[in-house]
Amino acid sequence: MTFEENLARLEAIATALDRDDLSLEQALALFEEGITKLKDASAELAKAEGRVRQLVEKAEGVFEVNDERA
Amino acid sequence: MTVSLVPGASPETALAIADLTSAAKDVLEGAFPPLWVKGEVTNFTAHRNGHWYFTLRDRTAQLSCVVWARDVRRIPAPPDEGMQVMARGQLSVYAARGQMQFMISAMEAEGEGLWRKQFELTRAALEKDGLLDPARRRALPRFPRRVAVVTSPDGAALHDIVSVITRRNAKVEIVVVPAAVQGETAPESLVAALDRVARWRDADVLIVARGGGSREDLWAFNDERVARAIAACPIPTISGIGHEVDVTIADLVVDHRAATPSAAAEAAVPVLAEVTATVRALGEAIRAAAVLRVRDASRELRRLARDLALRSERAVERRRARLQEVAARLEALSPLATLARGYAVALSATGCALPSAALFRPGMPFALELRDGRVHATADEVHVRRSTPGPPRSPEAPRAAPGAAPGAPGSAR
Repeated sequence: MTFEENLARLEAIATALDRDDLSLEQALALFEEGITKLKDASAELAKAEGRVRQLVEKAEGVFEVNDERA
Repeated sequence: MTVSLVPGASPETALAIADLTSAAKDVLEGAFPPLWVKGEVTNFTAHRNGHWYFTLRDRTAQLSCVVWARDVRRIPAPPDEGMQVMARGQLSVYAARGQMQFMISAMEAEGEGLWRKQFELTRAALEKDGLLDPARRRALPRFPRRVAVVTSPDGAALHDIVSVITRRNAKVEIVVVPAAVQGETAPESLVAALDRVARWRDADVLIVARGGGSREDLWAFNDERVARAIAACPIPTISGIGHEVDVTIADLVVDHRAATPSAAAEAAVPVLAEVTATVRALGEAIRAAAVLRVRDASRELRRLARDLALRSERAVERRRARLQEVAARLEALSPLATLARGYAVALSATGCALPSAALFRPGMPFALELRDGRVHATADEVHVRRSTPGPPRSPEAPRAAPGAAPGAPGSAR
């Protein structure tokens, strides 16, 4: 899951947990999933480092993201 | 005899037409450097071979004009009939027709008419294919991790984009997809770069950018092929082309139009602190919702327990009430109650009730049961009344005679 998808899922979970028609079991399962996603998203935020790189097509349809700037 | 050797001075030295026209061409081209003329366009023809032919005229004169195919593509759009244009060209001679001819390499119309015309033509073509439909516009990702930038690798636009993105969120990765952004090769170069991004697909959002420049400099971004390549991009697109005032065709097809490359970078990437705050807030919301949910559940449980206790108490209460009711009814039916009001019941020697005179025989012993005791007696005389139906003798009576119990309730009546 991408960072974006993780956050989208987290928002969906938060919204779902606010609803009343959820069984306690469902709510706890959602909560558990939410905590996992939260960890993933936070880890992603912590690990990513900004770089300026360049997209190179080595061969037809074979792409490489290069650190060397042309 | 004197024969002039000057070419064309005598019948003997008559010139070939081709030589004369060729000489005239040299003279004309030598006398006039490339220059701008202005006039009204008439008899315009775009030939199959790609050249344009037309006449420029004013009130009293006219000039045959040609635009060679290689120069046609530098002119944004063919002029309309009657359009006032300025054309830059070289005066020459078209030998095949013996005509003076103006070879045009650049052309502009009053009020940038040709640029506008081409812009409108391209816009109409894209609109016809639904590419300008606002409903096509996708939302930008709110938390992009990787931003692709199609631009010149050494332009000011890239510099601005990198510094804005780095300032807002130093953790976002920027992937440059180099392209020529001006000149005749720019459209093909841009299309190729956009196509690479589309096939790569590994970025969250795409910025197409170019710093400010003249209308001609930005013209590649009005190219229909570039616009279609942008529209075909599978990831959300942002344009940042030129300055605020410049609107290109590319700006019309992107998901988000930013006025400048810097503005495009701002639109693409949110500030890191805001992202972090969003993640934290989501975590808190989820925890709070879960805590609330558990609290709700335990409250519900307590309510159910109370409800259960209340219900069982009520059930016991209801049974008790029924019991009392039955007891009261039993009480009412008991012969003892009748005795209590002063009545007596006659009993046989075996203790059976004797509710009818017909059950007595003279000399028969019996007992009278009263409220507070029993009296033993003997029947003297027996008179049975025939006229009244009497007590419920049949079918019970015959069986009551041997002393069966069912007679007892009857005696109370």
